[in-house]
Amino acid sequence: MVASEIDRGLGGLKDKKKRYSAFALARNAASYHQNWQRAWRNASPKASYDAVIIGGGGHGLATAYYLASVHGVTNIAVIEKGWIGGGNTGRNTTIIRSNYLWDESASIYEHALKLWEGLAQDLNFNIMFSQRGVLTIAHSEHELKEMSRRVHAIRLNGIDSDVMNPAEIKKFVPCINIDQSIRYPVMGGFVQQRGGTARHDAVAWGYARAADDMGVDIIQNCEVTGLRRKGRKIIGIDTNMGFIKTKKVGCVVAGHSSVMAEMAGIHLPLASRPLQALVSEPIKPILDTVIMSNAVHMYISQSDKGEMVLGAGVDKYNSYAQRGSFPVPEHMIAAAVELFPFMSRLRMLRHWGGIVDTCPDASPILSKTDIDGLYFNCGWGTGGFKATPGSGHVFADLIANDRPNNIAAPYALSRFETGFLIDEHGAAGVAH
Amino acid sequence: MLQLPCPYCGPRDELEFSCGGEAHISRPLAHNKISDADFGEYLFLRDNPKGVFLERWRHASGCRRWFNVVRDTVSHDILEVYAMGRKPRSSAGKNAYNNSWRRTSAAEAAAVNK
Ligand SMILES: Cc1cc2nc3c(=O)[nH]c(=O)nc-3n(C[C@H](O)[C@H](O)[C@H](O)COP(=O)(O)OP(=O)(O)OC[C@H]3O[C@@H](n4cnc5c(N)ncnc54)[C@H](O)[C@@H]3O)c2cc1C
Ligand SMILES: [Zn+2]
Repeated sequence: MVASEIDRGLGGLKDKKKRYSAFALARNAASYHQNWQRAWRNASPKASYDAVIIGGGGHGLATAYYLASVHGVTNIAVIEKGWIGGGNTGRNTTIIRSNYLWDESASIYEHALKLWEGLAQDLNFNIMFSQRGVLTIAHSEHELKEMSRRVHAIRLNGIDSDVMNPAEIKKFVPCINIDQSIRYPVMGGFVQQRGGTARHDAVAWGYARAADDMGVDIIQNCEVTGLRRKGRKIIGIDTNMGFIKTKKVGCVVAGHSSVMAEMAGIHLPLASRPLQALVSEPIKPILDTVIMSNAVHMYISQSDKGEMVLGAGVDKYNSYAQRGSFPVPEHMIAAAVELFPFMSRLRMLRHWGGIVDTCPDASPILSKTDIDGLYFNCGWGTGGFKATPGSGHVFADLIANDRPNNIAAPYALSRFETGFLIDEHGAAGVAH
Repeated sequence: MLQLPCPYCGPRDELEFSCGGEAHISRPLAHNKISDADFGEYLFLRDNPKGVFLERWRHASGCRRWFNVVRDTVSHDILEVYAMGRKPRSSAGKNAYNNSWRRTSAAEAAAVNK
């Protein structure tokens, strides 16, 4: 199912002097770190490009990077209305895994995971990718049975996945409460050891820096206000910095995808909802893996700074305000305290929301449209961070060749007409 | 947290309600006569505006009745509440109703005209 040979592109930075290394660190220490070069140029828009990517999140930046490094398309720009990584890329709980149920999902998420492995070298940027494992816990007999079925399906796709019993879980996560008398007892779980976390901002910065090095213009504070077309062809975009001519536009704007699509008269099956997360005050290392629970509904990990990072499900109504409703964090804190009683004594440090583009089958859209040169990459909803490299890689291929490869093909918009949905509500379990 | 005015019980916390998404979508009655694309539109495509939105809510832990709400998805202001089967009367609600692409879509036409 997964292409064995991935074309990872040219990799690295052309200019050896700009590369980050222990040597560069020592050299710059000598001048008190006053002379580090800019990570990327502060570009202003040219009159025209071969292709324009709208949205400077991880997915948009990765798309630009692979367009340049794999397909040699370098006369391109990434247009971002705020600052790069300021959307969901910089707001997520950074969980990475590829243990999805359906073949189509296994194919794209595992493609991404293979790219994560080695991405820091490809980009010459420390993205702090940490394969600390992702453990999903079962709280009922039924859930446990469903999990073993899922584990077998995942393994058939060649992806690592193992069932754990409560004793093994206690050994893996000493701070967890496995007392069988609690409301949601830990009855077992399944783990993907190759899963883990990465530093979200670093992913945006790393892709931006490497793309910029190949000549990609990264244009911030530039909002796209219109998609201009002639007949069924795209001819350019309107922005607050003026008109930019181009024949190919890739839209990667997550929660704003419906707004963008309506600019071209296209209706999408998306609902934009707030997804919230919070971190506690930093504490000493206590949790060195990622824990997810569907029944109590939350997921938790500990950042390198020591904060406990918590997330849960989406708010129940559409919103474009990047804040959520209070009952949601209240619920996730209750869930965390149930599993980790010590957490009741922690103070909350920060809390935020991002607007996610939820899709009816909880799977993304990577698609051409019926307008020539207009492509959409959206619908990643609550769980697209883990897919960032894979999404960018296949979307770049779609834009460069004007046809989807076999990883992207199942994710076309036409599935909402044929009914060939990729229903990952169950397999994804907790929303992220 | 929102406070929604249930037309039957009065103002209550958002926790008592469930949200049913976009309002005013009619099921195509002549479903065997319309194309898969049109049926797909009815089933999956949704209005998802940044701004005034017409949506259905249900007072799930109260009277359990459905009603319509005109709400701004940026400010979260609730602009109007009106009964099922009715159309909005506020100017914001009327504009949102009349300007929605769904009013002129093929699937909707098939539903309305049978
Ligand atoms: C709280 C939270 C927790 C999450 N946890 C996880 C997790 O643990 N694991 C996981 O895999 N995923 C998770 N996700 C989902 C993940 O963050 C997203 O799926 C992913 O980051 C989407 O990346 P993106 O680049 O497509 O979108 P974004 O990073 O949102 O980028 C889109 C960009 O488009 C820009 N834009 C919008 N409109 C315009 C315009 N008109 N003109 C120009 N630019 C525009 C925005 O400013 C934004 O920067 C989480 C999300 C949230 C909110
Ligand atoms: Zn009521």
